[in-house]
Amino acid sequence: MTSRLHVPAVPARPGEQPDFSYVKVAAAGDAPRPPINVPVLGTAPLAEDLVRVLDDRHRAVGPWAPKLDAETLRRGLHTMMLTRAFDDRMQRAQRQGRITFYMRSLGEEAVSAAAAIALRDGDMLFPSYRNQGLFLSRGLSLVDLMSQLLSNSHDMCKGRQLPVMYHSAERRIFSISGNLATQFPQAVGWAMAAAIKGETDIAAAWLGEGSTAEADFHHALTFAKVYKAPAVLNVVNNQWAISTFQGYAGGEQRSFAARGPGMGIAGLRVDGNDFLAVYAVTAWAAERARAGHGATLIEHVTYRAGAHSTSDDPARYRPKDEFDAWPLGDPVERLKSHLVTLGEWDDARHESLSKELDESVTGAWHEAVSYGTLNEGPRLDPSLMFEDVFKELPPHLLAQRDELLAELAERGESDHA
Amino acid sequence: MPNMNMVQALNSAMDIMLTRDPSVVVLGEDVGYFGGVFRVTESLQKKHGAHRVLDTPIAEGGIVGAAVGMCANGLRPIAEIQFADYIYPAYDQIVSEVARLRYRSAGAFSAPLTIRTPCGGGIRGGQTHSQSPEAVFAHVSGIKTVMPSNPYDAKGMLIAAIEDDDPVIFFEPKRVYNGPFDGEPDKPAQSWAEHPKAEVPEGYYTVPIGQAAVTREGSALTIVTYGTMVQVSLAAAEALGLDAEVIDIRSMVPLDIDTIAASVSKTGRCLIAHEATRFAGFGAELSASIQEHCFWNLEAPIMRVAGWDTPYPHAFEWEYFPGKRRVMNALRRLMGEAA
Repeated sequence: MTSRLHVPAVPARPGEQPDFSYVKVAAAGDAPRPPINVPVLGTAPLAEDLVRVLDDRHRAVGPWAPKLDAETLRRGLHTMMLTRAFDDRMQRAQRQGRITFYMRSLGEEAVSAAAAIALRDGDMLFPSYRNQGLFLSRGLSLVDLMSQLLSNSHDMCKGRQLPVMYHSAERRIFSISGNLATQFPQAVGWAMAAAIKGETDIAAAWLGEGSTAEADFHHALTFAKVYKAPAVLNVVNNQWAISTFQGYAGGEQRSFAARGPGMGIAGLRVDGNDFLAVYAVTAWAAERARAGHGATLIEHVTYRAGAHSTSDDPARYRPKDEFDAWPLGDPVERLKSHLVTLGEWDDARHESLSKELDESVTGAWHEAVSYGTLNEGPRLDPSLMFEDVFKELPPHLLAQRDELLAELAERGESDHA
Repeated sequence: MPNMNMVQALNSAMDIMLTRDPSVVVLGEDVGYFGGVFRVTESLQKKHGAHRVLDTPIAEGGIVGAAVGMCANGLRPIAEIQFADYIYPAYDQIVSEVARLRYRSAGAFSAPLTIRTPCGGGIRGGQTHSQSPEAVFAHVSGIKTVMPSNPYDAKGMLIAAIEDDDPVIFFEPKRVYNGPFDGEPDKPAQSWAEHPKAEVPEGYYTVPIGQAAVTREGSALTIVTYGTMVQVSLAAAEALGLDAEVIDIRSMVPLDIDTIAASVSKTGRCLIAHEATRFAGFGAELSASIQEHCFWNLEAPIMRVAGWDTPYPHAFEWEYFPGKRRVMNALRRLMGEAA
């Protein structure tokens, strides 16, 4: 016998039939809901299972069904629809050459929208680059977000960051990094600090399933276990990391949530396209953390319906119609149908909200563009690039700034807004 | 002779080595089925198989660590780090393991590993897709550090790197993957098609590591440079009508100081140009070495033009990049009254 290298099998490549037979879809309402102080290993079955609340007839069923009023559900729907309208417009803006880069969250809007409602405003969020719903749910203005995308004179990052790398200290959302998984141990550290200081706020972080391969993911789980850090750690398993299928992150015949109990913290696996289920498991994990029972690793099973970013074409590495075959559906449609079933929503209202959101996105875009784009209109002062390297500008950077200003004056471009 | 851009030339180098040497394997994020985010490994998996061209988990430390183990078991891996900006999770494996394995085991083990990674700015990549971290590797004893500037060198140097029994970090200046760049972003992008350095033999050849190239002969001054800045330097000197000798060092470690020193001793003036940040950048090593060799022949202080000492800012890419105008200003200062 000789050994043979195992290469994870990709279910379907371009030209092949989509195949999601590996996604075992449990019936809604089946998963038990343990008390929030259940010992870590008591969550092990739930880390392999799939918590689902919305059934095929759009009703909320089972022990995880949260008691949310219609107003809150409509708020969640609003955030998801706004996220989608915003993403759609910004994707087009990138195609038109107005912004350099964009990343949509199409198909996984519930992950951010439901969590933002389940957490408290004081809780600190450590997002990945595909959690725009957190910013929208916490009330950041479209104009502020768009201005960051445009690197314009109103840009919160002062022109220094690639588009989508937002932050908001006021709304307690940490600065997004372009490097992967770095936010995970940082969230645990924030939570440790909250515990050191005796506060009630907790931390929450998100990363993609591909990023769980990075060492920082494992550092986070180790520290969370050792210090029982009050944190909610989310793996957004959207099946694809650019061109590599989740099997390449170790997901083949294995749940990501199971790494929680494996490392000594609670683990839950949830239907990430079920708004109510995401809300319920996040609320459970937040309450557990706040009560001093430690962190939870939540795996959100969802699907990245769009490209990784505006820089790649998914038709090169997966079947074009894969999203149509995705067994967990579209999170927006599912919450909409639930509200309709409750008699709290209808097609006309949906249509009208959709139109209203498109208009507000378009209105915000016009305002944002009036603050400039990379190529037109008001621009940030280029000498800003030397600030915030350190708190105080050191002499060598002062000298470099002066050299740049002289160079720009020579170019006749020194009169930037 | 076929015409290749740098992406095709690098692809050809790996294709040839995968064919010639069964111990060669390629591993990295998205390098297999997809062919790499810059298409450098296009079709290699299809041709050579999924056991030799491996898609990996997103774990740079894992990629390099696993590559070291493969080396210990007789393979000759080519590891791709998708962007040089993502290399830092592998830094411990590179600095503490790859670079010192031969030394600490008195030659019993070694790591004939090539780490390819795209570097540099000019593609609106912001601070996490634009860095040039060659100096932080050149500073570490035990790893060769190189950066080609054109398709011909890219292919020959990559084959040489793969065949080298020591580890090589192979930086690929991504702004010049598809065409030379003279440092003026508003001009239409050029392709390699008409460029003599894009005439690349289809088969096997090497360009030795550790040899600088005299890209342009001249007598008025020497510009010592590499990567994206080679074409920018040529364009700046030409714009000023200066008879500059332009040296593409190609390899930082080992450094071909003889070629550089001979040139500077001849011209008496030296400008060093690189895109990486200036402070403690590789230009500092060049400057120190050159003055040690050429002090009595120098007619002016050695000067440097480089990226500013800040992260690479998205909005100010072209104010940051040491473009043609900045090189021209430095050349004027260097020439002083002689200009």
